[in-house]
Amino acid sequence: MTPIPADLLYIDTHEWVQVLEDGTAHIGITDHAQALLGDLVFIELPAIGEHMKAGQECGVLESVKAASDLYSPVAGVVIALNDGLIDAPERLNSDPYAAWLLQIQLDDSHALDSLMDADAYAALLANE
Amino acid sequence: MGLKTALFAEHQRLGARMVDFAGWLMPLHYGSQIQEHQRVRQDAGMFDVSHMQAVDVAGAQAVDFLRYILANDVTKLNHGKALYTCMLNANGGVIDDLIVYHQPAGFRLVLNADCIDKDFAWLQQQAQAFQVELSRQDLTILAVQGHHARAKTLPLLPKAIQAQAADLDYFFSTAVTEGWCVARTGYTGEDGFEVMLPNTQASAFFQALLKAGVAPCGLGARDSLRLEAGMNLYGLDMDEQHSPLVSGLAWTVAFKPDNRNFMGRGALEQQKQQLEQKFVGVLLTERGVLRHGQNLLQGNEIVGEITSGGFSPTLNHSIGLARVLNEIDACEVDIRGKRYPIKIVKIPFVRNGQSCLSL
Repeated sequence: MTPIPADLLYIDTHEWVQVLEDGTAHIGITDHAQALLGDLVFIELPAIGEHMKAGQECGVLESVKAASDLYSPVAGVVIALNDGLIDAPERLNSDPYAAWLLQIQLDDSHALDSLMDADAYAALLANE
Repeated sequence: MGLKTALFAEHQRLGARMVDFAGWLMPLHYGSQIQEHQRVRQDAGMFDVSHMQAVDVAGAQAVDFLRYILANDVTKLNHGKALYTCMLNANGGVIDDLIVYHQPAGFRLVLNADCIDKDFAWLQQQAQAFQVELSRQDLTILAVQGHHARAKTLPLLPKAIQAQAADLDYFFSTAVTEGWCVARTGYTGEDGFEVMLPNTQASAFFQALLKAGVAPCGLGARDSLRLEAGMNLYGLDMDEQHSPLVSGLAWTVAFKPDNRNFMGRGALEQQKQQLEQKFVGVLLTERGVLRHGQNLLQGNEIVGEITSGGFSPTLNHSIGLARVLNEIDACEVDIRGKRYPIKIVKIPFVRNGQSCLSL
């Protein structure tokens, strides 16, 4: 099992958030999420410019096993997509903490308040 | 629940993700289903399928009994030949699909794990009218599949069975020898063996195959391989409500000779006169994955449904099996409320490592 990076924030639907220097954030899925899904084969992402509420469905991840919704852990506007993943969704399996899916311009500084740090996320996984 | 095969410890040692399947704890994959799939297409892989159940049928009326309860005709069998068949209820619905192996002392049936309790009860009930003995066999069943599977397996078999196994033609099995039975059958569209052996020898055989470079593969890859090979899965593609005639399995029903009275025959004879559906292969050329139960549409009409679907690593597209109205040659699939065009194609999709489609 890949260690849970200490510099990211987490939500109980198994997405991670990385706050970048300019205050925007990358969103991805955790190692636990990719392990549950199995090999990813297709991904469907929202359009650039779309506004997301926290907890809103913002895409679909199709694995060999099932289709699974992607949830936005934060409120904000989609400003970029990691297009490279569309043709190489297997990178979500091999390197889940590097393979960001969306970049989001956060609505406000409180957008991160409800997220977990790595220790809290590790504790959540231990209880599952 | 939580039954374990004789190879459970081997799966755990290899870090398999285990799932419950028909009450058995079975490996889903050992890391990557797609890599396992490709190992079988390109080289050799092995599957623990010991959750499937072998039932031996012996006795003076074994042939008569099997000619009555099976839709295919076991009199086609001689000298170790195997036969794929459905076992039907009186309405022509499929109780299970199975392979019958001809043995010097009788026949061996290999049945689905999910169906074994109802199957065995049905067999016992029907057997009352015949002089037959049924006996369930507690065996390890290991399917070794792929272009190199036979070459890698043969030297690892017990000496007493090696020569017989080396000489097997496609869809034949050896006689049970020192508790081992080797069949040149499978569920992947590749050449290979299905080996039935005593549980006590399972771990040593599995480890020897690993050492010979045979990749351990889980139920995930088994499903995507059989789908590419265009082979049906019981419970999805056919069941007690869907006969072989609407499930792409008419070729397994032996209507000849006319005077063989087999279970379900009357119902099938009637159905044959008015078949409204056909069973086809389907291909999605856009992104997305076909799954069991998705509707097929033409305009606002539902014209069929996906019976099994998934991602094809060989074709890099999603494929499926589907039951549609006879007249349909193009339609759309509904995936979570969105519609995508699908192509109706010939089954199988992949054989012996090669695509059968021109995309």
